[in-house]
Amino acid sequence: MNAPAERATALAGIGESRLRKEDARFIQGKGNYVDDLKLPGMLHMDIVRAPVAHARIKKINKAAALAIPGVHAVLTAEDLKPLKLHWMPTLAGDVQAVLADEKVHFQMQEVAVVVADDRYIAADAVEAVEVEYEELPAVVDPFAALQPGAPVLREDLAGKSEGAHGKRTHPNHIFTWEAGDKAAADAAFASAPVKVRQKMLYPRVHPCPLETCGCVASFDPVRGELTTWMTSQAPHVVRTVVSMLSGLPESKVRIISPDIGGGFGNKVPIYPGYVCAIVASIVLGRPVKWVEDRVENISSTGFARDYHMDGELAATADGRIVGLRVNVVADHGAFDACADPSKFPAGLFHVCSGSYDIAAAYCRVDGVYTNKAPGGVAYRCSFRVTEAVYLVERMVDVLAQQLKMDKAEIRRKNFIRKEQFPYRSPFGLEYDSGNYHAALDKVLAAVDYKALRAEQAAKRADPKSTTLMGIGLCTFTEIVGAGPSKMCDILGVGMFDSCEIRVHPTGSALARMGTITQGQGHQTTYAQIIATELGIPSEEIQIEEGDTSTAPYGLGTYGSRSTPVAGAAIAMAARKIHAKARKIAAHLLEVGEADLDWEIDRFKVRGDDQRFKTMKDISWAAYHQAPPGLEPGLEAVHYYDPPNFTFPFGIYLAVLDIDKLTGETSVRRFYALDDCGTRINPMIIEGQIHGGLTEGFAVAMGQQMPFDAQGNLLGNTLMDYFLPTAVETPKWETDYTVTPSPHHPIGAKGVAESPHVGSIPCFTNAVVDAFSHLGITHMDMPHTSWRVWKQLQQSGVA
Amino acid sequence: MSKKLISLTVNGRKVETAVEPRTLLVHLLREDLSLTGTHIGCETSHCGACTVDMDGRSVKSCTVLAVQCEGSDVRTVEGLASGGVLHAVQEGFYKEHGLQCGFCTPGMLMRAQRFLVENPNPTEEQVRAGMSGNLCRCTGYQNIVKAVLYAAEKLRDKQEAAA
Repeated sequence: MNAPAERATALAGIGESRLRKEDARFIQGKGNYVDDLKLPGMLHMDIVRAPVAHARIKKINKAAALAIPGVHAVLTAEDLKPLKLHWMPTLAGDVQAVLADEKVHFQMQEVAVVVADDRYIAADAVEAVEVEYEELPAVVDPFAALQPGAPVLREDLAGKSEGAHGKRTHPNHIFTWEAGDKAAADAAFASAPVKVRQKMLYPRVHPCPLETCGCVASFDPVRGELTTWMTSQAPHVVRTVVSMLSGLPESKVRIISPDIGGGFGNKVPIYPGYVCAIVASIVLGRPVKWVEDRVENISSTGFARDYHMDGELAATADGRIVGLRVNVVADHGAFDACADPSKFPAGLFHVCSGSYDIAAAYCRVDGVYTNKAPGGVAYRCSFRVTEAVYLVERMVDVLAQQLKMDKAEIRRKNFIRKEQFPYRSPFGLEYDSGNYHAALDKVLAAVDYKALRAEQAAKRADPKSTTLMGIGLCTFTEIVGAGPSKMCDILGVGMFDSCEIRVHPTGSALARMGTITQGQGHQTTYAQIIATELGIPSEEIQIEEGDTSTAPYGLGTYGSRSTPVAGAAIAMAARKIHAKARKIAAHLLEVGEADLDWEIDRFKVRGDDQRFKTMKDISWAAYHQAPPGLEPGLEAVHYYDPPNFTFPFGIYLAVLDIDKLTGETSVRRFYALDDCGTRINPMIIEGQIHGGLTEGFAVAMGQQMPFDAQGNLLGNTLMDYFLPTAVETPKWETDYTVTPSPHHPIGAKGVAESPHVGSIPCFTNAVVDAFSHLGITHMDMPHTSWRVWKQLQQSGVA
Repeated sequence: MSKKLISLTVNGRKVETAVEPRTLLVHLLREDLSLTGTHIGCETSHCGACTVDMDGRSVKSCTVLAVQCEGSDVRTVEGLASGGVLHAVQEGFYKEHGLQCGFCTPGMLMRAQRFLVENPNPTEEQVRAGMSGNLCRCTGYQNIVKAVLYAAEKLRDKQEAAA
């Protein structure tokens, strides 16, 4: 019998850097992405899109397109009307035009679809559809949208003073959402000796996964069944929505998310293209494929951010923060299609008190319609958490500069202390666990913070220095794992998640999940949880997800919810099996259950090492000699409704050098310490952190969706929209502490989004820090060389 | 649209087929030959997901016309492993966790193997520059660089053993 340590290693369970199970197919070109699918008789759909941002549609002439050989159909809103599918509900309680209904609300909006034999003919047909537009003045700026007399965008909402989230105060106003205690915050500001205020724009950006969105819809007219392969991060929710929209019973709708080429929140919403492909398949009785191109992806599918924020902090003279006030104008585009839990139109923005113990706080977010694409997805973050963390991490720096305090010291002074957890924030959130001081100390020691500050001071004093040196800190707390169904739902479905585990007679196992991996490595890490819980080697555990006909219902993968919610469901399902296995072992060993001890992969009779039954023995017995009164078989299902969110945190530090002549910024060092609680697979965690940091770098240093006054998107190709290559991307240093979540079955918190959320303010803080001795307190992203150079000019440096 | 007959070699196999003059190489590979390992991530030759080998050079197959491949020798990710043995770059990406969602991976692998022919003993900086025509949204490149360096060493060892 092998020693316990040896057996534990052989399982490759929690804590092992197990190599990835999914890689074999990807490195051999055998992945199975939506566009790889080819069905007999399959047609191709393409979309006619609006060239202007705001216009009335005068006329659509399909004749020339329909005359092209190989074109099967051209559909417009008029064709969808009899089916009542020309508009569809959004996740945020609004409606969205599936195809522009008499009016265009944003550039590149879907106006018509064509269905043809192949994608080339479909593209020809798109060119042949003639649409006459009467242009209307476009509203691009959300503040201008709220002015009296501003052009009214949503004529379909005329006279509606109540929206899904309460009162609307202007035809272009969507909602007002408030959190915290305004009176208490106002009182704190009235009496505080120090106050700072900073306005900042978190620009509109796009998640831009490398694979664009698409689907293959296949309606079987004989059976009346619809199967759709779709790039969806939430296939079960899509099934429910498709059933509600189409009238097909949910049991006849099957959604399959196959391999997905990155999601980052972009693949959460339901897009008009999906709906049109499904309608086309039902109408034509043939499979219909739709895959958008990159320009369509950037222009029309879920953008992120676009928050115009106004932050205020009140503090004592020695830097103790006593009050926080935030007002946000949120540009939601033409339809409110934000992907947030139903009751939270600004997501979890109220985590904006951050890692700090602030007695009084208040925030208000106003959503506004403009002539831009709908969206507001969580781009590699939990709902609106990136915006919240950016706000507070910037404000703390602004306050430090006002007080001439060190930026690490002010954080240390205001951190929630270890003994305060579980900590109730001024917004009513209960932070589960944390140890911020220890993590900060670790990072400052690792980079020799004092020496960096000394070097910076020397550079500033040296007139011959060719660079400005910036040191950025970000000490963030995330809120992930949405979420407790008493607070969180999507269209009324609670945000639980699920797992079904079957242990086979010979001891290997199959687990099916309600989530769907898009690169996170679920097939690898989920198996590790089961391995540790049940003593079955990871290699013998198959993980399946993404097929609604086989997997238990789940809310999907976004907002770092897979580990906090589905990971918990796995552990709980495994524990049900474990409990049954104990009964079987007791029966086989002829002892009481209480006389058994669990050891890695077996139950042992207490005090007698020679008497034991392994999980393999027990699995076999479960199928042929289960104890009397116990059902045969060894499987379990668990639906896990989390009692709370989880609160991963991190301490990030960036050092960068800005060329005084050119404004070019070079990242000298980026040190990222993450605490995600229990670590399941350190290799995968590190990979997720590298990826998140790189996306954060892209957002901070280069990403933006710029619009002109007519609502034209000025950068919608990869020529203009910044995705860093290996050359620009900094080298990352990673570190960690472990503060388990007390309410999660294995103590895990989720990690993949922290590096995105935390790195963005870290970069901005570093850029601004480089200018701080010149009296600069804020610079809006993106920190491109051009923008930094302009600041150098304004500050008299260049 | 009238079609044109072309003949080329794909992964060592002779292919003769009729294509429209406007057909892109990537569509010939994916749609006509069912070699779906080569992916499409953009249409402006920026992302590199469609990178294949053509006559000993890396090309982005979304901006090469199939008719330009007359007489060419094209190799895709499906032709990378030989005799059931993974190519060193495939092994490197697996061992060094050089992929996550897998969508950029075939292009990365095809570029990496060609880059290592061009420069068998690269520095880290040279790897970064040599791979800069291929975008990845998941990994942050750090492990991709490690994977390419792993493969470089492996290929050098193999070469030495053969010499």
